[in-house]
Amino acid sequence: MNFDDTPQEAAFRAEARNWVQANAPKEFEAELSQASLGRISLKSADMVAVGKSWQKKKSDAGWACLSWPKEYGGRGASPIEKVIWQQEEGVYGKLTQPFQIGEGMCGPTVMAFGSEADKRERLPKLASGEEIWCQLFSEPAGGSDVAGLRTRAERDGDDWIVNGQKIWTSGAHYSDWGLLITRTDPNVPKHKGLTMFFLDMKSPGVEVRPIKQANGMQEFNEVYFTNVRIPDSQRLGKVGDGWNVSLTTLMNERMSIGSRLATGFPEIFAFCNDLTTEHGPAMDDRAVRARLADWAVKSSGLKYTAYRSLSALSRGERPGPENSIGKLVAGTMVQDIAAFAMDLQGAAGGLAGEADGVAGGRFQAMLLGAPGMRIAGGTDEILRNIIAERVLGLPGDIRVDKDVPFNQIPTKGR
Amino acid sequence: MNFEFSDDQKQLRDQARRFLSEKCPPKAVRAVLEGKAPYDKELWKGLAEMGFLGVAIPEEFGGTGAGHLELCVIAEEMGRAVAPVPFSSTVYLAAEALLLAGSDAQKQKWLPKIASGEAIGTLALFEGPGNPAPQGVKLTAANGVLNGVKTPVADGAIADFAVVVARHGASGRETDIGLYLVDLKAGGVEARALTSIDPSRNQAELTFKDCKAEPLGAASEGWSLLSQVLDRAAVLTAFEQVGGADRALEMGRDYALDRIAFGRPIGSFQAVKHILADMYVAATLARSNCYYGAWALSTNAGELGEAAATARISATQAFQHCAKQNIQVHGGMGFTWEFDCHLYYRRSNALALSLGSLSYWEDTLIERMRKKNAA
Repeated sequence: MNFDDTPQEAAFRAEARNWVQANAPKEFEAELSQASLGRISLKSADMVAVGKSWQKKKSDAGWACLSWPKEYGGRGASPIEKVIWQQEEGVYGKLTQPFQIGEGMCGPTVMAFGSEADKRERLPKLASGEEIWCQLFSEPAGGSDVAGLRTRAERDGDDWIVNGQKIWTSGAHYSDWGLLITRTDPNVPKHKGLTMFFLDMKSPGVEVRPIKQANGMQEFNEVYFTNVRIPDSQRLGKVGDGWNVSLTTLMNERMSIGSRLATGFPEIFAFCNDLTTEHGPAMDDRAVRARLADWAVKSSGLKYTAYRSLSALSRGERPGPENSIGKLVAGTMVQDIAAFAMDLQGAAGGLAGEADGVAGGRFQAMLLGAPGMRIAGGTDEILRNIIAERVLGLPGDIRVDKDVPFNQIPTKGR
Repeated sequence: MNFEFSDDQKQLRDQARRFLSEKCPPKAVRAVLEGKAPYDKELWKGLAEMGFLGVAIPEEFGGTGAGHLELCVIAEEMGRAVAPVPFSSTVYLAAEALLLAGSDAQKQKWLPKIASGEAIGTLALFEGPGNPAPQGVKLTAANGVLNGVKTPVADGAIADFAVVVARHGASGRETDIGLYLVDLKAGGVEARALTSIDPSRNQAELTFKDCKAEPLGAASEGWSLLSQVLDRAAVLTAFEQVGGADRALEMGRDYALDRIAFGRPIGSFQAVKHILADMYVAATLARSNCYYGAWALSTNAGELGEAAATARISATQAFQHCAKQNIQVHGGMGFTWEFDCHLYYRRSNALALSLGSLSYWEDTLIERMRKKNAA
């Protein structure tokens, strides 16, 4: 057992480190390092603009979309090299957030199902940050149950006409292209009547409305489609095969192995370490120590679970299922840690914001944002189902709507 | 990055699993549990023949000299099998104390006998309720003899020798505490078997009356040596706990697949799935933390203290959680004597207390992290 790179990995790491050292936008380093959970923004510059310029620089030097083939703008790098790159990119990786859905989900889907012309036209621009992509899957009536989506696409000559609504679309307001799943046949069971497209987000009839979240931030959008025309040439996969195409998209969703999930542990440890309450140093309090120890071992467990997956990647093997626990553990931790920190602050714990909140209001921001972490990208309950069914091999749920034509599935509970 | 056991070590795991599934079925655990024997002598002999007792003992002292990663692998299998033998007392505590602090003569006397299965050893630390602390040590060492009572002592009634934690001074400092080596068959010690929550392992009260003892290591360094022994044993015990947690999870999963209620396997109900998913999460976190502990133990890293406490807490939580929830998944049958769930429930709770309880290790971990942070 050791934590060392192989000679090849070490050489790759050195190359990546030197390049980042020479080229990163250092003027944002401090701000990016300090950006705490759920609060990544730049005071003096537009995050997307800075991100685009960083992405372009990376792409010109061959450091963008590392695992993609070279002809589509990538580097043809191995999975472990991609992780090493992420480690070396460090805080600047936060700038790549607008491109992650494109790189991890939309791009690979176009690569698998798009025409050669589309691949050569679209993918290099995605890789270089010139074009940003969003993913239009979730709907008001289809969250965890994505296949329950209702957005209709109807054939009209060489085009399709789309009507409906998507929701929880990250980055739709600055995206150039979108990956869109629609219902093309409501007369067959729900998984069978779906079809996938990609579309120009500037198409007439596309309207993006920001969603104001419960924590007051706006990171997601609703996207409305009113008689939006999409050429049939932008269909991905066969008509009615959209569910299978979407599985390709979701399978390509990058495991967050290299970039560690935020748990809030370093923040709560530092906070308690500096805190003196009416009973003396908080760290002398057994109750505080017990809570910290519990979070310390969870945080450490996630770190070394990721190391186990990295070891598999390093040997050229597929990582095991162990990484599926990450978000499930981290989401609840963030929420509990925030509440505990505020409890230690007494009534002042109720104050928020950088000026009035204790510790710059970071725990209050965590508390208000945490419910979203436990829902976005798979709710805690869906994640437990996935672990139970795919890792432990338990039977799938009995699905009462599985063989029913979509337009006969009940839409109201009472 | 190579944060994984080697192929040879995995082969050793398979070998140990095969051996234990044959020689240590639940029936063998129950024989000790039900008081038919104080421990499984045949199994102990077999473990010696396989070389498992001396896997971390150097060849010059009769072991195979393979190393601590190999011992971690075997510990996990012992936990899976809830083996009814004095493995942890002898191998993680007594042998580790000898390796750490023993003179050449002391090592020559006891280590070959441990490896061959001729001698069972243990650590006599506790004196009634409470966690490890220098002020809790009342048993005295003076003029080469010990006087006092140790309880509970794991495997105390079946051990041939003990490493005893004793007080030789009254300055109120840690340096008052020393480690002493006692041949339990040489007189001066009386053992009384105790009733415990896990009768598949022996527990005893040892009363020392002018019992001859020789110092193990420098007399003033006893507490520091003890702390190192506990750290090493914490990693190894954590592997036992992870082995037990994994087995409890498997038992729960298998039952959920087989048992039909309301016309379907109970494993198809989300209420049951989510119990099992949470067991998997706990076991996975613990396993990863154990690997961290194994790395620190095998490389004698400066981080061993932190890694050991981390592995210990995480594995204690995981085994207790999995053993408890395994019974819940089994429903009423899980609460019968006939089903094996209680073997794991008992062992998980016994191991949780064996080297200092969960709250002791939580305290220890945070104290160590705090010191590191201040440095």
